[in-house]
Amino acid sequence: MSEHHHKETFVTKYIFSQDHKMISKQFLVTGMFMGIIAVLMSMLFRLQLAWPETSFSVVEAFLGSHQTDGIMDPDIYLALVTIHGTIMVFFVLTAGLSGTFSNLLIPLQIGARDMASGFLNMISYWLFFLSSIVMLISLFVEAGPASAGWTVYPPLSALPQAIPGSGTGMTLWLVSMAIFIASSLIGALNYIVTVLNLRTKGMKMTRLPLTIWAFFVTAIIGVVSFPVLLSASLLLIFDRSFGTSFYLSDIFISGEVLHYQGGSPVLFEHLFWFLGHPEVYIVLLPALGITSEIISTNSRKPIFGYRAMIGSILAIAFLSTIVWGHHMFISGMNPFLGSVFTFTTLLIAIPSAVKAFNYVTTLWKGNLQLNPAMLFSIGLVSTFVTGGLTGLVLGDSALDINIHDTYFVVAHFHLVMGVSAIFGMYAGIYHWFPKMYGRMMNKTLGYWHFWITIICAYGVFWPMHFIGLAGLPRRYYTNTNFPMFDDLADINVVITLFALVGGVAQIFFIANFFISMYRGEKATQNPWKSNTLEWTTPVEHVHGNWPGKLPEVHRWAYDYSKRVDADDDDSDYLHGKDFVLQTTPLLDGEDPS
Amino acid sequence: MLALFYIFIGVAIGVSVWQITRIMDFRGSIANDSDNDAQGKYAMGFLAFMYAMMIYCLIFMNVIMLPESASIEGEHDDTLFDITFWLIGVVQFIMQFLIFYFTFKYRGNKDKKAKFYADSHKLEFIWTVTPAIVLVGLVGYGLWQWNNVMDLSEADNPVVIEVYSQQFNWKARYAGADNTLGTGNVNFIKGMNTMGVDMSDPNSVDDKQVTELYLPKGRKVHFRFRSQDVLHSAYMPHFRAQMNCVPGMVTQFGFTPKYTTQEMRDLPEVIEKSIGINKIRRAKGEEPYIFNYLLLCNKICGASHYNMQMKITVVEEDEFDEWLSEQPTLSEVIK
Repeated sequence: MSEHHHKETFVTKYIFSQDHKMISKQFLVTGMFMGIIAVLMSMLFRLQLAWPETSFSVVEAFLGSHQTDGIMDPDIYLALVTIHGTIMVFFVLTAGLSGTFSNLLIPLQIGARDMASGFLNMISYWLFFLSSIVMLISLFVEAGPASAGWTVYPPLSALPQAIPGSGTGMTLWLVSMAIFIASSLIGALNYIVTVLNLRTKGMKMTRLPLTIWAFFVTAIIGVVSFPVLLSASLLLIFDRSFGTSFYLSDIFISGEVLHYQGGSPVLFEHLFWFLGHPEVYIVLLPALGITSEIISTNSRKPIFGYRAMIGSILAIAFLSTIVWGHHMFISGMNPFLGSVFTFTTLLIAIPSAVKAFNYVTTLWKGNLQLNPAMLFSIGLVSTFVTGGLTGLVLGDSALDINIHDTYFVVAHFHLVMGVSAIFGMYAGIYHWFPKMYGRMMNKTLGYWHFWITIICAYGVFWPMHFIGLAGLPRRYYTNTNFPMFDDLADINVVITLFALVGGVAQIFFIANFFISMYRGEKATQNPWKSNTLEWTTPVEHVHGNWPGKLPEVHRWAYDYSKRVDADDDDSDYLHGKDFVLQTTPLLDGEDPS
Repeated sequence: MLALFYIFIGVAIGVSVWQITRIMDFRGSIANDSDNDAQGKYAMGFLAFMYAMMIYCLIFMNVIMLPESASIEGEHDDTLFDITFWLIGVVQFIMQFLIFYFTFKYRGNKDKKAKFYADSHKLEFIWTVTPAIVLVGLVGYGLWQWNNVMDLSEADNPVVIEVYSQQFNWKARYAGADNTLGTGNVNFIKGMNTMGVDMSDPNSVDDKQVTELYLPKGRKVHFRFRSQDVLHSAYMPHFRAQMNCVPGMVTQFGFTPKYTTQEMRDLPEVIEKSIGINKIRRAKGEEPYIFNYLLLCNKICGASHYNMQMKITVVEEDEFDEWLSEQPTLSEVIK
């Protein structure tokens, strides 16, 4: 397939493309579009939280019949937070992040011509596209979209009597998620097979860049956990539409006793979080992989503790499947289970701490090239630490009792997986944009984008911890009915201002992205002086990635600033420059690291 | 405030447009030495911003926090929280310093050479083992406290109360003279029997249904939670207590109130918080706030989730007995 070009039409090149690079761009642009919608939603509900009694014409414009005189209705508030969470977690940070970079980088960095199955890869994207469309359609259902929270706990999500969003809106939500899961599984299987089978000559598993390790392990977690969510959704569809009682029992609502007997909502919580917790790592690990690569390249230093990094990825992946119960300490499950989950949850702090320390050590004595991608990676380490540390509070069942479902939790998970993963995604886009589009993104706009975004991210989420510690529950439409929370009003205003500015600042990125696509500086073959294989391909995309033979790999990906004499920092660089491509053969007697 | 907001948005959009038009002038895409220098310094500026914000919040937001635990069991929660929070606070300050200081200190230039430093088993050993040891301590204390809170078996003569949730209100049922609750099921809901109590169960006869909780100070309260429609969560933040109410099953929690409502109102931190709240309420022309314990719904349950609350009053034991004796029994209410 590489030696001769297929005749391409517009449709096979840009729409039903089977080329991993094009599919990657399709994932990215779809993910960005969904991201814009989810961010706009968050700005709407932040307006409501800051000024619950003020009428906004912008609310009228967006919400139509779901508002009264410019003030949103409680139902649509819940719908907004639900869809914001769903879109962000699944459509942006799973498909948009993993889909984009796994597709782009797996073949390019392991030296493969394409994914193991280009056709399945195309199917994966189009299922994702279809699920996005279904999710968007659900926004226009008369009774409103799903509004039971992104965790869609039944019975609230099962009974239209309980909340209007649990009617057609919820049905569409479930259909969309089922399609999404199919897309995600097909993609993940493809990634796993590709990494295992299509590595080029010399690319041992222990020579893989950490990006590939992260994508590979992420795909495995996805294959293990996503099917469980599919089952959970199917059972919920049965309960909703066919009268089964998997999750429902003993319900009296709207003046009548329903027929459901013997089910338990706690079962749904177990099934949901069996995916839901690994999902956090499905979102985060690719971002950490991207960061490892970018920090190392831009520090002009090898990533510190390569093997420890792989070990911690594997440890996190394993532990992530046995910690789900920490979302359920107060669900009514046996307290002994709570003890077990506290133990496993706090264990996960160890590999996470190892990763954070290793990033900081990689910075130490580096020659930091502070490109926008590098800044976003450094920002990721910062938010990952801030958000990760509060995990020690929430993971401890005894402390969780009192802060469960408060804004403390909202602050925690937004920092540790939301902001961190988004930063990872931005870092990846700035870094690999030249690989995607053959042009460079503008650095000045990148700098503006980064500093405003990180200031606003902390401005939003740092104070939020404290309103959580004041006892304010999340998903409250307004807290004006509780005089004890009146002193939180000003903080809510500050948070909203930061959120609005941070949201608007993303214009820097979007403009930079689309303008650079057509008018950006032309990229050189290896703009960041990086070691990995993707920078040995020509700037112009070709089918099969490398025009001639596939490259052969002789060393790991992190020989930055390697010296002739390993013990003497003042000696000359090996090969006379501060990076050594993976395709460069080892010299006689060279320590392979 | 609103004017400020529109100004903010206006400025933000203005700056964006201005910057974007300047994209034509700045064609640069790879950081050069002067970029590295400037961005490294900005990193220190950001570190200063972050420290200022962290310290400001830690000091000035103390007043909005929940006051000390009003239950005896919650005391250890507060201690454990303080230990954990100090610990992560110190780590946070150090780690953020290292991240942004290194960004500044090692900002690159053409003459610099990075150190080739790929591995150190000693360092990695240290930062695997240190968190592990610290975590053993935290987990140990946490698990001890968790068992302490969740174990309801040894309480001697507890007050048994059923907390009952539905969209969108709370009710409660006291076990009455026999201190045993009668069984309940949604099938029994009819007329005045709004909690679905099985009146054929002899234990139900002396149960008492109320819409406001009274608790005796110094006696263990054993809560049993039920829900008739969707998930709710009974959140009593002042007592460090929370448990979900799950349709189809009974969940439990227990604590011993430590301060009466009046004693709580007299705590200095509650007085200080109330003053702050009342300053805001006076400005808006609203009634002054007086501290009360509350039970809030903390699991998304529908449109009025944000307004699902029940007042809790803690009184001395004799006052509690007197109050309870005044409440009618279910057999008197449900004819």
